[in-house]
Amino acid sequence: MIKFTSVFKAFPKGGLALKDVSFHIAKGEFAFLTGHSGAGKSTVLKLIYADERPTGGEVRVSGFNVAELRQRDIPMLRRRLGIVFQDFRLLEDRTAEENVAFALEVTGARRSGISARVMRVLTQVGLAAKAQAYPRELSGGEQQRVAIARALVNEPTVLLADEPTGNLDERATRGVFQLLRDINASGTAVAMATHDLDLVRQAPYRVIELQEGALVFDSAVDEPRGETAPAP
Amino acid sequence: MNLTLREALLAFRRAPLLSALSVTTIAFSLFVLGLFGLVAVNLQGALRTVAERVEIVAYVLPGTPAEAITLTLKDIEAFPGVSGATYVSEEAALARAKAELVEFRDVLRELEHNPLPASIEVKLKPGFRDAAHVNAIADMLRDFGFVDDVRFGRDWVEKLDRLRRLAAAVGIVVGAAFAGVAIIIIGTTIRMAVLQRSREIAIMRLVGATDGFIRLPFLLQGAMKGLLGGLVAVALSYAAYSLIDRFLVRVLFFSHVQALAIVVFGTLIGLMGSLLSVGRHLRRV
Repeated sequence: MIKFTSVFKAFPKGGLALKDVSFHIAKGEFAFLTGHSGAGKSTVLKLIYADERPTGGEVRVSGFNVAELRQRDIPMLRRRLGIVFQDFRLLEDRTAEENVAFALEVTGARRSGISARVMRVLTQVGLAAKAQAYPRELSGGEQQRVAIARALVNEPTVLLADEPTGNLDERATRGVFQLLRDINASGTAVAMATHDLDLVRQAPYRVIELQEGALVFDSAVDEPRGETAPAP
Repeated sequence: MNLTLREALLAFRRAPLLSALSVTTIAFSLFVLGLFGLVAVNLQGALRTVAERVEIVAYVLPGTPAEAITLTLKDIEAFPGVSGATYVSEEAALARAKAELVEFRDVLRELEHNPLPASIEVKLKPGFRDAAHVNAIADMLRDFGFVDDVRFGRDWVEKLDRLRRLAAAVGIVVGAAFAGVAIIIIGTTIRMAVLQRSREIAIMRLVGATDGFIRLPFLLQGAMKGLLGGLVAVALSYAAYSLIDRFLVRVLFFSHVQALAIVVFGTLIGLMGSLLSVGRHLRRV
């Protein structure tokens, strides 16, 4: 599904963002990416959604080779992913429903099916009642749910989440995390970058820890436990 | 497609002043082009009328008997390129002058003797109205002993033609300069629109929109501004034409095809301006 093989990423101005990083996230797996700010978590995610290209090694994401991907094929890769950020990245001048529908419209989805699909994912994230609300009318947790709904509406095989709870209070954090777990339980792989260790300890999921660009700990390799990796 | 159109139209609401500015610039550049175009069109029209009337007039020496002249008309009509030859007697010339030069009617009435010479008017077949043929026929006319002088309208035709070309050239140069300015302004508006919407564009990319899809609304928006500018230019040209036609002289307006060409050209300017700008700025977002 996602396979890093000896990946290096050099900054254009010198220095390495990633040093010899290798791991494999299987279909349907939930993996935490942990580490301090600047450890390379976001870089790993950016390499997965081809916002960055590796300067060495190989990044494979559901059949695509990110290093060799042509510019015009990048959208095709992204349509198989759902991406969620700390700052939600919603369009302020559109309702929750329109924000979610936007993700379908830009991929050229048939208009007839959009409305039903949007309502289905909004229901899934528990926001069907607030479909007509604008982002400013929603709490942080609710905004993140809209962002997750937008990420889900294209039925991705992998959900990437970059510090999805970073801007949320504890209650909202628990809610969003539970939502991500539910999504994973229904078969979508989740790669979640976070430095919230409490959250990491709450769940028996795989942990990949980065330090200054190097992979220093991978629970799947260093302390294999039967329950960490659900069967693909 | 619906989304693309909506996005493109939204640009007018988001930056109305800038949109108006780009439309105005395009309209103005095309209006300038249109005005010179009108001049050229009218000169062309005048030229055609003149060209149809290109005829050679051979003035006859005073005292030549009319019979001698009428006898040679047959010979002249047999010249290659000549479609007809008419004898205009001295009296007929005076009568025509009285009819045509109304302002001088009193002067002409008081004349003691007719100052106008008799003449032979030679009409030419189409295809024989160019300089070479006209000169050849004029030379043959000069060979008749009773012919005093030969005149023809070639100089006129050439002068008009030069004027028409000049008007067209000035129109194209000035119009092109304005079109260049219009392209730059359109490019700037697109740049601002791209920057204004950078967040949205980034999100579009994240959810898998293709570059073409992202670019399309901007191109459409540029083309629409160009189209609008072209329509305004045609409307302005028509207004100018109406005023001139009513208060100054009778003139011609563009044909449908020519008017359409102005609108199409405007659309192309708009499209060009956005095309040159959008790719460059999208890469930076």
